[in-house]
Amino acid sequence: MLIQFYNVSKIYPNGVKALDDISLKIDRGEFIFLMGASGAGKSSFVKLLFREELPSRGQIFMNSRSIVRMKRSEIPKMRRNIGVVFQDFKLLENKTVAENVAFAMEVVGAPLRSIQKRVPQVIKQVGLEGYEHTFPGQLSGGEQQRVGIARALANEPLMLIADEPTGNLDMDTSLEIMELLYDINRKGTTVIMATHAQQLVKSAHKRVVMLEKGKIVSDSQVQFEEQQI
Amino acid sequence: MNMRNIKYFFSESYKSLYRNRVLSLATIANVAICILILGAAVLLTVNASSIISNLESDVEIVAFIDKELSAKETDLLQSKIEKIDGVKTIVFVSKEQGLKDLQEKFGGTEYDLGSTLGENPLRDSFEIQAVDPHQVPDIAKNIEILNGVYKVNYGKGVIDKLFQVTKWVRVVGVAMIFLLAFGAVFLISTTIRLAIFSRRKEVYLMKLIGASDWFVRMPFFLEGIFLGLTGAIIAVLLLALGYSSLTGQAHTILFLPIVTDVRFLLHIYAGLLAAGMLLGVIATYFSLNKYLDV
Repeated sequence: MLIQFYNVSKIYPNGVKALDDISLKIDRGEFIFLMGASGAGKSSFVKLLFREELPSRGQIFMNSRSIVRMKRSEIPKMRRNIGVVFQDFKLLENKTVAENVAFAMEVVGAPLRSIQKRVPQVIKQVGLEGYEHTFPGQLSGGEQQRVGIARALANEPLMLIADEPTGNLDMDTSLEIMELLYDINRKGTTVIMATHAQQLVKSAHKRVVMLEKGKIVSDSQVQFEEQQI
Repeated sequence: MNMRNIKYFFSESYKSLYRNRVLSLATIANVAICILILGAAVLLTVNASSIISNLESDVEIVAFIDKELSAKETDLLQSKIEKIDGVKTIVFVSKEQGLKDLQEKFGGTEYDLGSTLGENPLRDSFEIQAVDPHQVPDIAKNIEILNGVYKVNYGKGVIDKLFQVTKWVRVVGVAMIFLLAFGAVFLISTTIRLAIFSRRKEVYLMKLIGASDWFVRMPFFLEGIFLGLTGAIIAVLLLALGYSSLTGQAHTILFLPIVTDVRFLLHIYAGLLAAGMLLGVIATYFSLNKYLDV
């Protein structure tokens, strides 16, 4: 079991209840869609996963360790198991494609040799060979998101969290990005993707967790298991 | 920490300083002015203390003795005074010696004071020095009540005023130093805050990717130290130049006991450089704690 949420609630200081008593388990190697309208609690869920926010109530475990009770000094190590992909890519404009990817490894203190070895690998994996020395501003949206994914993969995380990764992209480009994410998942990385793009989800035949007003209103896997019984 | 990280930290702080170069320069200039005034205040306080302690050590008690006192009684009186707490030295000055001193002080050899006056109007006296000048009034009181003492002089008003002046010089000096240090910290932290702001996306990413706290902080600390230290270096250079030209004149014209001990001055200058660095570190620490929590 990679991730466990136990009765997690998130109430912001302004009184907004973003998540209400959520319990959820995610296995290694799963591909999960996190669905819901804006304001349903997807972003809060994602932020709790990489501990940008702490839950107001409940417990969250990653690899059987509570990330709620974790010491501040242990957080960086925990985050190295997670790759994050953003809707707005969050690339550093003054760095080239290769430098953006290398940046992720530099900041965790990876040795130069492994950076030189790993960066071309992930750039190839996301299909951006030949663009190593291009700056993000010269790339299309889909290409920029590929850089974002390459950067998230650089440190070989156990889990990839994608927050609306196709939110700024057209349908064809979105499908290409989805193919890339499936491919990453096939190689063993758990992928959690928050989205409200119904079309992408329907054709995927993956586990779908539906959020509404901070509660889980449906979980395709749970329904499947119930049908089995 | 390996060499590449160190290179990364330095290049990041350099880039940030260069990107905000106008503010960086303004901050350095401001820090330099702060440290300059700080250093001037320190030198002023040090010199005032030196002058005052010089004057203080001149303060002595003069106890005049009854005319009828025999030599034996005088010796007894001397041993009694010696036993008083805080007395450092006691010197017997005969009235003949006293007249001679007076003659030297005022007339030189032109007039013979003794023959002018006829009879020596002076009394035998003791010149007493205290271990601590602050004890002078108490010691004087204790001597006054002894038998055989005619009168005690110790420059009452002068000494009290002197201590008041010393006290105020020290209080004002310290207050000024705190005020200026506060100003310098504020300026540096503004610059660092701007640096954090212009790199907030990078910092956010670094944190999410799993960079350790110190890795994120290091470039900012280097930047803060650089700003503080560069300002301090400029200030110390100006101060050293100004002070050395000033001491030359003060020494020859005013005969003031100005501090010129090179090693002591070097200590002050080193202290000012360290102070500049410390200001940078403190300012960075505060702004990071406030604006760098992810």
